[in-house]
Amino acid sequence: MMKSFKRRWFLVAGVLAIAIGVSVPVAQAQQPIKIGHSMSLTGGLAGGGKAALIALQMWVEDVNAKGGLLGRKVELITYDDQSSPANTPGIYTKLLDVDKVDLLIGPYATVPTAAIMPLVKERGLLLMGNFGFQSNAKIQHDMWFNNGSWNDAASWSENFFLAARELNVKTVAFLAADQEYAQALAGGAKAIAANMGLKTVYDQVYPPTTVDFSTIIRAIRAAQPDVVYVMSYPNDSVGIVRSVNEIGVGSSVKLIGGGMVGLQFAPVMESLGSMLNGWVNYHFYVPEKTMEFPGVKAFLERYSKRAIEAKVDPLGFYLPLFDYAIGQMIEQAVTATKSLDHKVLAKYLHENEMKTIVGGIRYAKDGERAKARVIMIQFRGVADKNIDQFRQPGKQVIVAPAEYKSGAVVPFDQARK
Amino acid sequence: MIFSFQLLFEAIVFGILLGCFYAAVSIGLSVAFGLLDVPHVAHPAVLIFAAYCAYLLGSYGWDPILAGLALMPLFFLFGVVMYRFYYETFEKRGTEAAVRGLAFFFGIAFIIEVGLILAFGVDQRMVEADYIGKSLTFGEMRVPLRMLLAFGVALALTAALTLYLSKTFTGRAIKAVAQDEPALRLMGANPVRIKQWAFGIATAVTALAGALLIVVGPVEPMLDRVYIGRTFCVVVLAGLGSMTGTLAAGLILGISESIVLMHFGASWAPAVAYALLLVVLGIRPQGLFGR
Repeated sequence: MMKSFKRRWFLVAGVLAIAIGVSVPVAQAQQPIKIGHSMSLTGGLAGGGKAALIALQMWVEDVNAKGGLLGRKVELITYDDQSSPANTPGIYTKLLDVDKVDLLIGPYATVPTAAIMPLVKERGLLLMGNFGFQSNAKIQHDMWFNNGSWNDAASWSENFFLAARELNVKTVAFLAADQEYAQALAGGAKAIAANMGLKTVYDQVYPPTTVDFSTIIRAIRAAQPDVVYVMSYPNDSVGIVRSVNEIGVGSSVKLIGGGMVGLQFAPVMESLGSMLNGWVNYHFYVPEKTMEFPGVKAFLERYSKRAIEAKVDPLGFYLPLFDYAIGQMIEQAVTATKSLDHKVLAKYLHENEMKTIVGGIRYAKDGERAKARVIMIQFRGVADKNIDQFRQPGKQVIVAPAEYKSGAVVPFDQARK
Repeated sequence: MIFSFQLLFEAIVFGILLGCFYAAVSIGLSVAFGLLDVPHVAHPAVLIFAAYCAYLLGSYGWDPILAGLALMPLFFLFGVVMYRFYYETFEKRGTEAAVRGLAFFFGIAFIIEVGLILAFGVDQRMVEADYIGKSLTFGEMRVPLRMLLAFGVALALTAALTLYLSKTFTGRAIKAVAQDEPALRLMGANPVRIKQWAFGIATAVTALAGALLIVVGPVEPMLDRVYIGRTFCVVVLAGLGSMTGTLAAGLILGISESIVLMHFGASWAPAVAYALLLVVLGIRPQGLFGR
């Protein structure tokens, strides 16, 4: 009797042990891989932030539809940082200590990213950067990987001056917003201009609260530069384009634009319409034949439908493509290494080419692109009130670099005729 | 930095136009805060709200300035309701409660911001009109039509409000309520109804100014934060409650900003404007035209 009871007890214990033994890995398998980040969903950067979030969500849906990563679903944990660097350190601490995320994606843009760099370096974490410009230049964290197409401060501007060289220019004017990004850009641009032997005839930093640019544009006209390099934020970019249209920048100017944020955003492009003709500005992707990467067209078609519903940029050329690429890079690295260990993933990202919808990406030691790809586009033949025209080639002609060039740069005055 | 008298002259002209725009966006606050002593920190948010309403009507083919004029009666009602709520909840309960009303107006501003984000998204919005992006040429000088429009609207608003406040019974009652509320009550007038009416007028005027704002430049839901300092600066510099003073203060800020932008380095422009405010308040604490 006693023997029978013991046997039964062992049987029950054995079944329980097997059940627990099996259920633990099952429970683990069902726990999602948490990827945490903050995004500018309100505040000055929200235009880009909301669009970027749609792209990241699309990647999560796509990867989960394929069965997730390492047999686990992927979950995206997002907080609104209100475009403020004051909020990002707190949010990322919460993501790490409360939400216990497995992987991190950086906040959108330079200033909110700069605020969390000491935290990620101190804790030795992998950070997939999201359009931070020079965010890692001083910290030198070896597990930072930026999705942006640039590398050092000069890389953003060099193709603008490459286009300027074709127009045989001698003098330059600089106009920059009194903000982190614009100032970092100005440093690189001035170094390139000095190397080219260009004489600076106007160099001003304007306050970010400037309402009307008529006075500034008039002062630039008086300086008679050949090239005007502008580093501005969206509202200012609109004001500057309008003022140039109204006041005129002078016949001496052969090339104008360069580092203007906002001229890549669909609502701004649609509203400015023909006023954009002739402007040359940075971009990272435009639908020219030279940039037909695998998967990009299909993504943009899917994205556009979602963006219209969410009332954000329906084109998606600027940020969404590159946010989807962040997801693809995580997917490639985790799948190849079969690991979520940050050091293992960072090693893989350093050593391998990442295959994304924005083309192949190889990283340098500092986590920026080994080869920068900031294209300069010139607006040509743009009509008023037509957003769909920008989906066609020929409206944003790539004038530099040579590798992606789809047309020669045309002097400002001629391009406006 | 290049200097010529032609450039200086143009800087002054641009400054006048810019100053008139500053006056136009501040004049509603001059009535609400300057005359009625209501801590209306939601004024810039109402301004942006009006700009979005003009944008919405613009999408149906309305001219933005006509849209602003059409919005004025609706904004008048909005102002009346807003003041009544503020009065019943805060002002009626005494001075301390009125100060707490500051939180109420901050709340209104946040609600407007969030409402605009939900309704329109976070992207910049602009309007299109024949006078945007074009200019009038006078010799070497080209003057943007949209800024000329701001000039005209500011002058018209200042003239209309000055005449209304000095020539009509209700206007004089509004001025009286600002100066001596108990005396007005003893004369048989109801100060609350007068203030309600005046706040309605201030909000209606802001509707037109908001339409002007979207004509001058693009708007986004949180643009009010840029204008909060500037509009209060104009009103305080003017001397609380002075309409012509508001125009003069706007002009002073606009011209000084424009000259600094053209000749002394653009980054100094805001510092000069606020330094000017400090100097004036140091010499005349009641403002330029205050009593």
